[in-house]
Order: sequence, then C-alpha cells, then structure tokens
Amino acid sequence: MLRPRPVALRLPVDDNPGACSVPRGGGWRPGARWGRTDAPESTDVESQIAALPAHAKPPMRELGRRSEAAVHPYRGAAPADRVRSVEATVTAFHATPLALIGKVGRREEVVAACASAASLGIVVGMAATHARALVSDLDFRPAEPEADAALLDHLALRAVRRWTPIAAATPPDGLWLDLTGCEHLHGGEERFCQRLSAFCQRAGFTARLAVADTPGAAHAVARFGRAALTIVPSGRTVEALGPLPIAALRLNSVALTAGRKFGFETVADLLPVARGPLARRLGLAAIMRLDQALGGVAEPITPRQDAEVPIVERRLLEPICTAEAIERVMGDLLADLAEVLQARGLGARALRLVGLRIDGGEQVVAVGTSRPTREVSHLLRLLKLRIDRIDPGLGIEQFTLVAPHTEPLDAINLGAVLAGETLVRDPARLVDVVAGRIGASAVYRLSPVESHVPERAVIRSDPVDAPGGWPEWVRPVRLFARPEPLARVIALLPDQPPRRFEWRGTTYRIVAGDGPERIHGEWWRRDAEVWAVRDYYRVEDDKGGRYWVFRRGDGFESETGDLSWWMHGVFA
Amino acid sequence: MFAASTNLQQSLAQLRTIAVPVAGYRVLPFEIESIDSRLSGGGLRTGALHEAAAHSCSLVDDAATTLFLAGIAARESARTGGPVLWASCRNDLYAPGLEQAGLLSANVIYAQPLDDAALLAVIEDAVRDGTPSAVIAEARQVSMVATRRLQLVAADADIPVLLLRRRRGREQDPLGEPSAAWTRWRIASAPSERLSVAGVGRPRWSVELARQRSGTSFSMIVEGCDETGCLAVPAALGHRTAETAGPVRYAAA
Repeated sequence: MLRPRPVALRLPVDDNPGACSVPRGGGWRPGARWGRTDAPESTDVESQIAALPAHAKPPMRELGRRSEAAVHPYRGAAPADRVRSVEATVTAFHATPLALIGKVGRREEVVAACASAASLGIVVGMAATHARALVSDLDFRPAEPEADAALLDHLALRAVRRWTPIAAATPPDGLWLDLTGCEHLHGGEERFCQRLSAFCQRAGFTARLAVADTPGAAHAVARFGRAALTIVPSGRTVEALGPLPIAALRLNSVALTAGRKFGFETVADLLPVARGPLARRLGLAAIMRLDQALGGVAEPITPRQDAEVPIVERRLLEPICTAEAIERVMGDLLADLAEVLQARGLGARALRLVGLRIDGGEQVVAVGTSRPTREVSHLLRLLKLRIDRIDPGLGIEQFTLVAPHTEPLDAINLGAVLAGETLVRDPARLVDVVAGRIGASAVYRLSPVESHVPERAVIRSDPVDAPGGWPEWVRPVRLFARPEPLARVIALLPDQPPRRFEWRGTTYRIVAGDGPERIHGEWWRRDAEVWAVRDYYRVEDDKGGRYWVFRRGDGFESETGDLSWWMHGVFA
Repeated sequence: MFAASTNLQQSLAQLRTIAVPVAGYRVLPFEIESIDSRLSGGGLRTGALHEAAAHSCSLVDDAATTLFLAGIAARESARTGGPVLWASCRNDLYAPGLEQAGLLSANVIYAQPLDDAALLAVIEDAVRDGTPSAVIAEARQVSMVATRRLQLVAADADIPVLLLRRRRGREQDPLGEPSAAWTRWRIASAPSERLSVAGVGRPRWSVELARQRSGTSFSMIVEGCDETGCLAVPAALGHRTAETAGPVRYAAA
C-alpha cells in the first residue's frame, strides 16, 4: 500500500530558524511558504543531501521538524531482525538440497536429508550412490554422530543451568527436561515451551516440543504428534498416545516388525489386548515401554550432571555399614574434594554426601558452612555429626560427595602465622560446629537497632558478622520479655523513684534510686505511642537487689500514660 | 667431702623443685590480691570447668551470677582475642547490659539449644573446636559424668568452661550435687555503698568460693564488674556514719 508522503518534509535546507517565518513583504496568504510552488521537492533535497559527502551532511535537526513516531530505543525490532536473519540463513542453507551420509553396516546410506532434498526424492536409508545419481547437485556431507552427541550434551548442560535441574539428553535427537516444580519460574508450561522454541529458533534448530505426564509419552508426542508444540493435559496421556503409531513407543525393530505382522498400527490397538499374549508376541520390552509411556512403570531421568559442580566418588570393594568405616570414607572423599576445590580456587558452602545402598536406596546427608572452606578436618567434623542419620541397611557400596554450592576461595596469606603472631580466631568454624548440632537458626548474635525503647534495641543477626555496640546507658543484664506490673507503689510525683512496691507477692522497700531516664514512644510505629512516655528508674531495695522499674506517663499529662508502675529487668 | 657437698647441693635443688608447688597450667587472675592469693595457682585456671550458682532463687542473685561469669569471660576474651560462646536454653539475656560488663556484642555468639542434653553436646563440640576463648553455659541438670567430660575437654583445649547452674527447685542447692568442676562459686547480690546523694552506688556481690581443688573455700564482698569485666574490693570504710546499734555503742561509751 502506498502512503502519502508527509508534507512537512518540503522544507528548504537553507531555512534559517532564527529568521521570522513570515516574510516581511506580506503576500504570505496566497504565497505562504508551504504554498509556494518554487519550494524544492523533498526528493530533490534528499538527492542533494545524498550527494554530499558523509561528513558534510546536515544533521537531522537542521532538516526541519518532522512529526514521525520515534522508534522506542529499548523496544527495538532487533530480535525480530535477528530471527529473520537466522531464518534467511537457514532457508538459504536449505536452498541447496543437503543430505548426510553415513556408514550403515557395510554400505553408505543417506542417514538424514533436509526438506528440499526430501522433496527431490531423497529418503533416509537410500544408498548414497543412488542419491547422487538422482540429484546431481546434492550437497553430500558425512554424518558426524559424535559431534551430534556433543552438541546435544551441550544443550542438556545448558538446560541444567538455565531451565531445570533435571535434564538429560536422549540420543540421537532429543532432550528430556523435568519440568516438575520449576515451570512456574518460566511462567507456566505454555510460556516455557514458547520460550524454549524461540530459543531453538534463534539457535537455528527446528524443535518439536511436547509436555506430558511421563517421559515416554512426551517422547512419543514430540516425535509423532501433529503439532510442533503439544501440551498433553495431566491425566490425558492415553488419549494423546492412542492415535500414534506403535513406533512412538521406542520399540526395537523386532517388536515393530512383529507388531506390523499382527496388525497393530497404533498404540490404541495395543491397549485392549491382553497383556500375556501381547508380551509373547512383541516381547516383554515392548510391554515395559508401553507401561513407561502410560505411567505404570517408573522411568527416572538420569540427569546430566553439571561438570562445574565439584564431585568426587568412591566405590567400595565391599559394602560397609559401621560408623567408623563411613567416617573413613568421608575423610577420603573430603581429601579428594579438597584437591578438586583447590585446583579451581573454590571453597564449599554446602556439601551433599550420597551413599548408595546395596538394595538400591540412597542415603543423603547434607551440611552447610557459613563461609567457603575446603579444610578437611573442619568439614569432616561437620559430616561426622550426620553419621547417625545415615541408615546403612545391609551396607553401602558407593559414596558420592558433591559440593552444590561453592564460592571463590583464594589462598590465605600465612605471613603473620609464620612470623609467630597470633591469628585472629575465625568464628565461622565455631558457628558451623554449633549450627551442625542444633540448627542454623539457633546460633545468632545480638546486634543493635537504632531504638531507645529497650525491648526494641536488640535484634538477632547473622552469627558470623560482628555487630556494633549500644550507647552507654545503664541497662540490666536480664530483661523481661514483657514488663510485669507492680502493685501498691508508693512514689512521689512527678520524678521520684518509688519508695516501696509489691512484685510477685513480695514487698520491696527501696533505699536508693537513680532516675528518671525518660523514653518516649516511637510515634512513627503506631498511634498509641505518639504521646507515650516511660520514666525508667534504677532502684535498690534494702536487701541489695537492684531493679529496673518504669512508670508509664510523665506525671503531668494524662495522655502520656496511666501512671502505672512496671518491672522491666534486674541488675546484677 | 667436696664430692659429697656437690651431691648434697644437687639433691637439695632437686628437692626444692619438687617441693615448690608448680602450677603447670595457665591461670586468669582476678587482679585482686585477696582473691588471687586464696586461689590455688594464683587465679582461675583457664583450662578448667568452673561452676557458679545463685545463692538464692531470686532473680537478683541470678543476675549477679550471670554478670560474674560474663566478667570472667570478658577478661579471658580480651586476653586471647577470640569469641565467647554463650549457650543457654532461654533468651532473656540483655546484650546492652552484658556490654557494660566488658562483653562486647561483637565478641559473643549465642546458641540456644532445645534442652540441657543438646546444650552439653554443643559446648563440648565448641571446646573441642578450640575457636572460642571462653564458653558460658546455663544449665539446669548436669550430671557428674557430664561435668567430668567438660573438665577433661576444657583441660585439653585450655579453654575455660563457665557453667551457670540453675536451680531445679526452690530449696534445691545446685552446688549440693557432686561435680568435677575445678572451682564452684556461689554468688549473691549485696547492698551497695550508700552515697551521699540519692542514688545507687557500684553494685556489690557476696562471692563465696564453695569448693576448689587443692585449696580452701572463702567468701567475701566484692564490687561488681566494671566496663572491662574487672571486680574490685570495696574501699576502706572511712567515712561511715556512726552505727546506732550493736557493739559500737558500747565501744563509744
């Protein structure tokens, strides 16, 4: 569609913006600038500008004002361009028919053919010479299964790092991603699939995606389903698998041949058949595959381990089940792991020890450290605390030690130690030891909060970082969580400490007192504290007990408090 | 004759080295002559278990006991430069108050186990680790075996373990139970000196050493911890008001 050219472009280049836009001599009404016929055409102007050398071209500002929608700088069409360019390259690449040939048995065959090659009659399994004879300009390239596998493995590793912790490559052409529990991180299953296919498109792959309850069903739907992107709703696996051919079930060639012979075309044909005869005809493996696809038999995904995670392993000659033996293995594994960590300049923040029992069960214990470390004795002490949580059963035959969380840890300068100076003791080790015994939340430090209200001045903080201090007001050594009311108080208003009071059923006769220390309520916290005042007194009774009592209210204004007396702490 | 005298001198020197009591351990003196001279070794042994209990079940005596132990830990922490581990099943400690006894919040790590068994395990682990300069624990029920274990690990690591024994009942004396502690203290708060102005003087405690190994027990009145955790002896009572009761009246007559 042709659009009218914008009129505002017809401006002379030499128009001086400082001069009056209306000519002095009048006559602008019929001969207004925009109405002049001798105004240069925009095409002329543009051709003149184009004729200028690059450095002499006037900037856009001097060309006059335009009202054009500016392109948003951050919402550029760059990704679309990139996708288009990738598409263009892919189509250009595919323009010449391409086929991969590999050696199958003793003859060279076409193992893969692109769409354009397939349209020319090249099919997979055709002899290479036959294909060459059919299409003279066919682009033949040798198949490289190892490179394919390496690429797939690379993709699986990328999936482990970016999408889901459990991802595995299914050679020759597939990836399994376990989306359980992490699809919400990518905006749901559908959104995740869109992002994944967009990624594949950017990378130059044609991807087919399927989300299903079981890996077998996803495998089948992705390869034999109709759409490139299928999401099988939960519990609808049978309906989704029914119309697919039985080849979708990952059957071996013998079972496929037998199925064809017995007239089983689709998976739906297999379902009503009694399992005994079916197993006799197709083999037990086929039944197994069917059950795996339908979810009757578990098919765990062995995830691709991220090689960046330091991992060491020990397989034992004989299964062990005593604590001493397990401790020994822990020490050996930690020594191995320390070497790995040291080579990479890392320190472990978390360790996971996995013991494989001879009955197939796994025993997992984990420890965490408050600072990165690779000290064997320290980590061994932490791990030893967990030995009682390992149930060896009939014996453990393999141990794996993983450091899932590591942080950089450089070499330590030992100059001060070698010179004989004392090293400042690192509290992180102590924190780890105590936290390993009673839990990380039960180890803490008390750090100051900027508040004069006594119960708000202290907060629990991280046990490793050293906090600051408090102002030097006299404070008790033990503070009650809630102040306790005093009864029958005798005190002079407005600012004298009490002479006597009753607390917990005992009468206290006061002989000395300090105060008051007036603490105002924090009006920015809640409305009730806007006028609230506490007058704190440090008092001593005739038996030598020193207490911290306060009175609500300043004794003049009734809204500052009701003049009740409270016990808040005891001094030494 | 000459040979015999040299032999005699050698054997005398040997006898003297045997006879002089040598404290083969590090001690932490109180810097108070009247206490240090009565403690075997001239101070609190650092690698040992020390117990302290409140004299009565009142909260005031409990606070005095807490601050007595905090002062010891503060001085030990200042000497060795390590953190103090404070293990307690309760959390009513007020850190600004402890800071005024010299135990800075930057030097204390608190642990709050669920029960006494976990608490004893925690402090034993901590002492074996060797990082803390002192360990303070508040426990209600500690068996003889547990105290012996603590004493052994403390002597091994040369770290003082200060155990605040809480009362299990109103009338039950925690120091009545057998224990392998090196010293056992009983602390109570005492009336402070009356000032000439209305106010509370420096706190005073009645400190009673109920038992110590290779030494005798004693009791005395001391003034409470200052901001470095040091105790003090009350000054000479020079300007005391004349008593109106007791034997003084007869002496004046």
